[in-house]
Amino acid sequence: MAAHPGGLSGPAPAVVLDRLTRRFGTRTVLDGVDLRIPDGQFVALVGRSGSGKSTLLRAIAGIDHEVEGDGGILAPQRVSVVFQDSRLLPWRRVLDNVLLGLARRGPQRAAAEQRGRAALAEVGLAGREDAWPSELSGGEAQRAALARSLAREPELILADEPFGALDALTRIKMHTLLRELWHRHGPTVLLVTHDVDEAVLLADRALVLEEGRFCLDLPIDLPRPRSVKDPRFAEYRERLLAALGVREDEADAPDTPQTPDTPVEVESEAESQSEPETTAAAAQLAEVAA
Amino acid sequence: MADTLIRPLPAGSGPAAEAGSAQPAGAAPSARRRVRRLGPGRRIPFARALGPVLLIAAWSLASATGRLDPRILPAPWSVVNTGIQLWNSGTLGPDLAISLQRAGEGFAIGLVAGVALALVAGLSRIGAALIDGNVQINRALPILGMIPLFILWLGIGETFKITIIAMAVYIPIYINLSAALSAIDQRYVELAETLGLSRGEFLRHVVVPGALPGFFTGLRLGVTGSWLALVVVEEVNATSGLGYLMYQQATYGLIDSVVVGLAIYGIWGFASDLIVRLIERRVLSWRRTLAG
Repeated sequence: MAAHPGGLSGPAPAVVLDRLTRRFGTRTVLDGVDLRIPDGQFVALVGRSGSGKSTLLRAIAGIDHEVEGDGGILAPQRVSVVFQDSRLLPWRRVLDNVLLGLARRGPQRAAAEQRGRAALAEVGLAGREDAWPSELSGGEAQRAALARSLAREPELILADEPFGALDALTRIKMHTLLRELWHRHGPTVLLVTHDVDEAVLLADRALVLEEGRFCLDLPIDLPRPRSVKDPRFAEYRERLLAALGVREDEADAPDTPQTPDTPVEVESEAESQSEPETTAAAAQLAEVAA
Repeated sequence: MADTLIRPLPAGSGPAAEAGSAQPAGAAPSARRRVRRLGPGRRIPFARALGPVLLIAAWSLASATGRLDPRILPAPWSVVNTGIQLWNSGTLGPDLAISLQRAGEGFAIGLVAGVALALVAGLSRIGAALIDGNVQINRALPILGMIPLFILWLGIGETFKITIIAMAVYIPIYINLSAALSAIDQRYVELAETLGLSRGEFLRHVVVPGALPGFFTGLRLGVTGSWLALVVVEEVNATSGLGYLMYQQATYGLIDSVVVGLAIYGIWGFASDLIVRLIERRVLSWRRTLAG
């Protein structure tokens, strides 16, 4: 473990990576990454698929047992991971999923259960405590997963494309929810995403990972709540896209009429077809939600 | 998108609906696209009993109309009468009891052995290396073929019979449970790690509930296996029990009594499978599968 970083300027960092290297066979996925995340910062980690962003997150979470590599990792005691799939156990009811691994006996049990119920209420799932996970919609399941991570009162939340599998409208609501939860509880957040808009909308700082190294470390200095229509928003987005090697005309769908402030989204192919509508709706709803 | 209505195919609309769906899509604005239902559809009440009931009805019909020679297969009612007579004469009761006891003891031992071996093999690499290959070899050996060896080892007493039954039970339970244990979704293992579950909590919340569906498959095969083995050991070497009774009666040409024995085996097998299914449905109520 790295030495305790005292005497440095600013608040004590929550996460420190020291020349972190990870290899799969002969392929080096993380190539000596250095990173320092101050306590309470919301960091978005952006990168193309295969750029090593999930590998980085899994390394910090400590769930990459079989992966070769070295380097130092300093992370807080209480870490919660939110996965792309909600990963609720199908054979446990929603509340039991949230309470998984928390004290289940004695006086602590009641306290844990109260925390679990509160967390579910906070994500808007009050009354669904006894539902089976299969009875939840995709968005509800992901909210339950958020509640599960909240109930642990994490100092660090690691989120691996947590909204990647949700539809555009649900995603907007989840953005608002995540922002509120972060605001209220103040954990450090590392959000892995391939969605540049999501990064600019939510994060204090965006990191772009490219071939195992950060090629851009961009502080996002926008007042919250943020709007996609803000001209500075577009600037940040363009800088991130440029770092990702995507030009504006590439990112747009071929037949879309080009207007200067049409939002650009780097998305998977499946979503590219409905892109103009959904992003426009996203822009509007984001404002409403804000 | 075209204006389509998605709903299940109504019952009894087979050919008409298929003809409808064969029309080119969007031919007429009012045309509804029927979606072919691929699941088996709504549950039939008492479906499990329907097949056997129909079989007995056909058997009764064939006997009543004289199509079925009673020397080949006696009528259902004469089988029932014979059963009552055997019971009243005191022949059937003790034999039934001893058979049930054998099957029960063999099943219990096989269940414990199968579960224990599967847990060791499914949860540790060393356990799998030591156990799995041997069980696979054991599985390939026909139980009938092993009877002479076991008679030499254990004599022809109860120990031998119960051992054979236990072997018929532990194999399907082991195979299905160990397969289910080693097929636990890696994503849940990861989740358990990030939630900081202890090994005990991991077993209780993830492994055991995740492996239960496979366990029940094994259990059902094991229950049936216990009856099959019971017949074999009682008809080959026995001085008591239902199989012995049947064998003895057959030598006197009493076909009715033989069918009584077979019917009892059938009812036991059916009833025990039904019980396991009921338990399964309660325990696995979180599952939503085609079986409903």
